[in-house]
Amino acid sequence: MPAPLVAARGLTKKFGDFTAVDHIDFEIQPGEVYGFLGPNGAGKSSTMRMIGATSPIDAGELTVFGLDPREQGRQIRARLGVVPQEDQLDGELPVHDNLYIYGRYFDLKRSEILPRIDELLEFAQLEEKRKAKVEMLSGGMKRRLTIARALINQPELVILDEPTTGLDPQARHILWDRLYRLKQEGVTLIITTHYMDEAEQLCDRLCVMDRGRIVAEGTPRQLIEEHSHREVLEMRFPVGAQADVLPRLAGVAPRQEELADRVLLYVDDADAAMGEVSRRGLVPEATVVRRSTLEDVFLRLTGRTLVD
Amino acid sequence: MATPIPLRFMEAQARNYRRIWRASAFSNFLNPVLYLTAMGIGLGTLVDAGGNTAAFGGLAYLEWLAPGLLAATGFLSGAGEGAFPVMAGTKWLKTWHSVLNTPVGPSDITAGVLLWISVRLLMVCGIYGVVLLLFGIGTPGGVALAVLPSAYAGLAVAAPMAAFAANLEDDTGLSTMFRFGVVPMFLFSGTFFPISQFPEWIQPAAWLTPLWHGVELARGMSLGMETVFPMWLSFGYLTLWLAVGAWLADLAIRARLVT
Ligand SMILES: Nc1ncnc2c1ncn2[C@@H]1O[C@H](COP(=O)(O)OP(=O)(O)O)[C@@H](O)[C@H]1O
Ligand SMILES: [Mg+2]
Repeated sequence: MPAPLVAARGLTKKFGDFTAVDHIDFEIQPGEVYGFLGPNGAGKSSTMRMIGATSPIDAGELTVFGLDPREQGRQIRARLGVVPQEDQLDGELPVHDNLYIYGRYFDLKRSEILPRIDELLEFAQLEEKRKAKVEMLSGGMKRRLTIARALINQPELVILDEPTTGLDPQARHILWDRLYRLKQEGVTLIITTHYMDEAEQLCDRLCVMDRGRIVAEGTPRQLIEEHSHREVLEMRFPVGAQADVLPRLAGVAPRQEELADRVLLYVDDADAAMGEVSRRGLVPEATVVRRSTLEDVFLRLTGRTLVD
Repeated sequence: MATPIPLRFMEAQARNYRRIWRASAFSNFLNPVLYLTAMGIGLGTLVDAGGNTAAFGGLAYLEWLAPGLLAATGFLSGAGEGAFPVMAGTKWLKTWHSVLNTPVGPSDITAGVLLWISVRLLMVCGIYGVVLLLFGIGTPGGVALAVLPSAYAGLAVAAPMAAFAANLEDDTGLSTMFRFGVVPMFLFSGTFFPISQFPEWIQPAAWLTPLWHGVELARGMSLGMETVFPMWLSFGYLTLWLAVGAWLADLAIRARLVT
């Protein structure tokens, strides 16, 4: 195996007495798309900012490109692309100027930046918006511009903190498509998200983060196989009836989760389970059978849902 | 050769400025025109008619006033140029946070912004100087000698203002600072009338203000007027404001951006 691009051991971030990132370990290999999946407040952004060499590390070891962010932050940042959780674009300047000025921070020459901007505007599908003021762009366009900005220095590693949060489904899919293209070009991506479908679609490997800790790590498939069953039978019972039904479901499934509005049965064969439910004389109002997802893994590991 | 990193940030400030330079330069020009018309022709005529030219070193009021106005302009611009970019970068637009994702660090931001402010102050005071000449006040050499200490006094107040702005949580503190700090200093630092008009015991209070030293230097250098302290002392005092202010600004901007 090649040397990891990013390696953390016991990595910790504190805000006063509060530990936002609590002794986490992970390694990210060149060329992979690595995800941090977790709910709000899990410590994902704090972790990204430490990897990005902009936030001081309180304990543990971290290397990025084999360099130490505490000592060599500038060298690390020169080779990184960062898409922060909030765009932080200059709304008063045109799209082109936002990219140009950012490129100058990396000391790129005019003759390097101008063709690069053309490429990136094409990549981000913003050619027509070149002269538009950034505050006039839609949320999805701003997000794509922020990604374009992060690529101005042709980084080997790009950190994307919640790249699609707040976007509508169509805008998300355009963005995912752009991220696939980057992956194909061999760029290593680190993505945080609280959307399990995003993590499942994009990530080669991911870790599940909760309350500052990593509670599981692996490929999406491994995580689902290890921490969940193949299928999920979701049943909704009439209002008020769920509590009475629960005892009568005992033993139908190896694992059962009760949410406020429905019961989830984790099984290897949903049809068989459905048959057993009706044999017991239970009639749900609505039934859905689906594959297990990372959402189920998260529920299993933390007892909570990802997005509430 | 790599561009020094603070200069990269200064360049970004300059590019930002290009967007508004016409409006800005016009107001930098119009401002002294209005002031000199009102003060000089309106007020000056009355003052000179009073015949008390001794208080103005034997000069016509307008000639005496001009270097003081220049210093006061540097001072007021410095206060604004120190506060507003910091407010915009750290609070209003929050564009400075993303700058830190590049090789530029927090101290480069502070240094770069102060460098750009120096350029801006030289511009503002320089335009003012040109207007003075257009009004037939002073000589090119004399005006140039007043422009430099005026811009320097502006920088000396811009640095602590940047620190003050970075420490603020919202805008209210800023208007308080202008109302109770900047404007009184502007009025009572010997720009419009000599502080010898005040009772003797209160005059040392004016010596503490950076503007008073700026005014002294501007008059001393351009008109050759006698100064209360040796000029190097006034320069030193302004340098102290600049150095302490820059140090505080660096701390405050870092604390605001790095968490
Ligand atoms: N600058 C800060 N000061 C104090 N607390 C913070 C700061 N940044 C984040 N936190 C806290 O640290 C925890 C983790 O935050 P964050 O890393 O942003 O999580 P996530 O990105 O997973 O939502 C949260 O409880 C958050 O309130
Ligand atoms: Mg976050």
